[in-house]
Amino acid sequence: MAFGWLNVWWTSESENVELNRFKNIAPTCWEIEPTGEMRVPATIYATKELVEEMDSKVYEQLCNVASLPGIVGKAFAMPDAHWGYGFPIGGVAAFDPNEGGVVSAGGVGFDISCGVRLLHTGMKLKEILPYKETLADLLFQGIPSGVGSQSKIRLNDFELGEMLCGGAQWAISQGYGDSRDLEYIEENGVMEAGEPSAISQRAKERQRPEMGTLGSGNHYLELQEVREIFHPDAAKSFGIELGDAVISIHCGSRGLGHQIGTEYLRLMLDAAKRFHISLPDRELACAPINSEVGKAYVGAMNCAMNCAMANRQILTHFTREIFRELFAQSQLSLVYDVSHNTCKIEQHMVHGKSKRLFVHRKGATRAFGPHHPEIPEKYRAVGQPVFIGGSMGVGSYVLVGTQESEKLAFSSSCHGAGRSMSRTQATRKWKGQEVIEGLRKKGILIRSQSLRGVAEEAPEAYKDLHQVVHAAEISELSRRVAYLTPHICIKG
Amino acid sequence: MKFDAQKARWEHFPHGADVGIRGIGATLEEAFEMGAVALTAVISDPEKIAPQIQVSIEIREVEPELLFLDWINRLIYEMDVTKVIFSQFKVKISKEGLVAQVRGDTMDSQRYDLAVEVKGATMTELKVFLHNGLWMAQCVVDV
Repeated sequence: MAFGWLNVWWTSESENVELNRFKNIAPTCWEIEPTGEMRVPATIYATKELVEEMDSKVYEQLCNVASLPGIVGKAFAMPDAHWGYGFPIGGVAAFDPNEGGVVSAGGVGFDISCGVRLLHTGMKLKEILPYKETLADLLFQGIPSGVGSQSKIRLNDFELGEMLCGGAQWAISQGYGDSRDLEYIEENGVMEAGEPSAISQRAKERQRPEMGTLGSGNHYLELQEVREIFHPDAAKSFGIELGDAVISIHCGSRGLGHQIGTEYLRLMLDAAKRFHISLPDRELACAPINSEVGKAYVGAMNCAMNCAMANRQILTHFTREIFRELFAQSQLSLVYDVSHNTCKIEQHMVHGKSKRLFVHRKGATRAFGPHHPEIPEKYRAVGQPVFIGGSMGVGSYVLVGTQESEKLAFSSSCHGAGRSMSRTQATRKWKGQEVIEGLRKKGILIRSQSLRGVAEEAPEAYKDLHQVVHAAEISELSRRVAYLTPHICIKG
Repeated sequence: MKFDAQKARWEHFPHGADVGIRGIGATLEEAFEMGAVALTAVISDPEKIAPQIQVSIEIREVEPELLFLDWINRLIYEMDVTKVIFSQFKVKISKEGLVAQVRGDTMDSQRYDLAVEVKGATMTELKVFLHNGLWMAQCVVDV
């Protein structure tokens, strides 16, 4: 596609991380001692092989994060860490507002509260197989997906304001789902501190046609089968058994979150200058949590989280309606809904003291261990469900948070596989139709409005999800519960 | 906008999961125009998009790199809100900022292969500079 020469002379050099830059604490724990501007150490949790494959930019970006004001503990990178913008993707960092801590729009990302929700169909896959093609077609017709897609929902100003404050609770009050769903969404489906006045008219306009849409890129809705169980107690608690058919939905806060991220990144660039915060990379633009801009961003970001949770709730409703068309008695229950681009206020122990911290997770999932009060009662004995999305040919994992993760990384785990190949490289290597045919032979039906989009998302363009999850388990960030294989993929 | 293969051109450069866009031209305006074509090329083939619908854009920013960032972000916003994908760009840059006329067509997946949305322009690899007599304007966009 690109014209002329491919010259990367004008871009920063990137190479793989050198192991001798770390102190190897444990087989999957690589520590960077604080040097230069770093205020705290940094740690990457990954196997030797994964660290060796990581771009040196991950190292650089993690050190930059460790130099931000008010950071506590350490800056962390999860096993799926890769070169992001400002923060590495797979980065976790907590800031104390009482120690001049900052909040960073880049530390959350453009797709605020992007996340995964898992629904149980109440059926075994073998019951669905005879209707697989029909179900794929109905899902593709009924789930607005891909670039420019819109649903029939149009919110007026009042409804938009209600949605921004009410999240999934608002969606349910509008008839999109059941109030029983709320217990199985982080924060019961609503961030209470949403502040619509901190959001521009442009952000609201961008969202207006996009409620109940999946988006594009790596977003998807999949029918999957529970293929393997690793942790029978947790699987039992989550209500999943071998052969069960489940639905995974991966998407976020759509245009609203993208616009909030864009605008606050710019505002924080000015704020950082005003507060004399030295930025090794402009993308780390941030503001003190207690500043006007910092507070406004937190209010706007909470609204974007509400938007993402409302969006996934609406998509759940659409999915349930489609299932009822084919299976009149179907009852799709929500297993859980987790976000992986967030900044949340949480209590954590730091040097023996309980502190109220602003925990940034960019491409990382909260993973509370057993007995945490924020976990639904039904799951409390085993820990919080964590969903790790893979490519359309590989599938996903269900993990569970561990007690150890609190000490290791403020109760966090990984979020996905990450790309091993650029989109341009992927389209040079594969044709969309070939990818679709190849997956069909494996029993995976792909529905997408874009053949180029399918080629860009080819399974081989992603890293090995199994290695990432394995590293998360041996690091004790989380434990494997189940492996889910794809059968239908509605590709955004 | 007249395309001159020797001078004005666009390209993509790799950045992990995302895409770097770069516009190159004899003037700053051309580099900005080509950077915009590179943005559209992330989504679809710009040469296939009919220039039927026109939108005017005005941005006030004096710093060239931030102006390029704002330009790309504004195009992303306009495409998302109007559901029009742009393929032709005419930019005028002054001391106050830029004014532009951009043209494109409705995002219709039946007519165009629309691969992926762009969420926003980042400050990663954000650079505007003169090299060997050619202007370069570039940044990484989040997809």
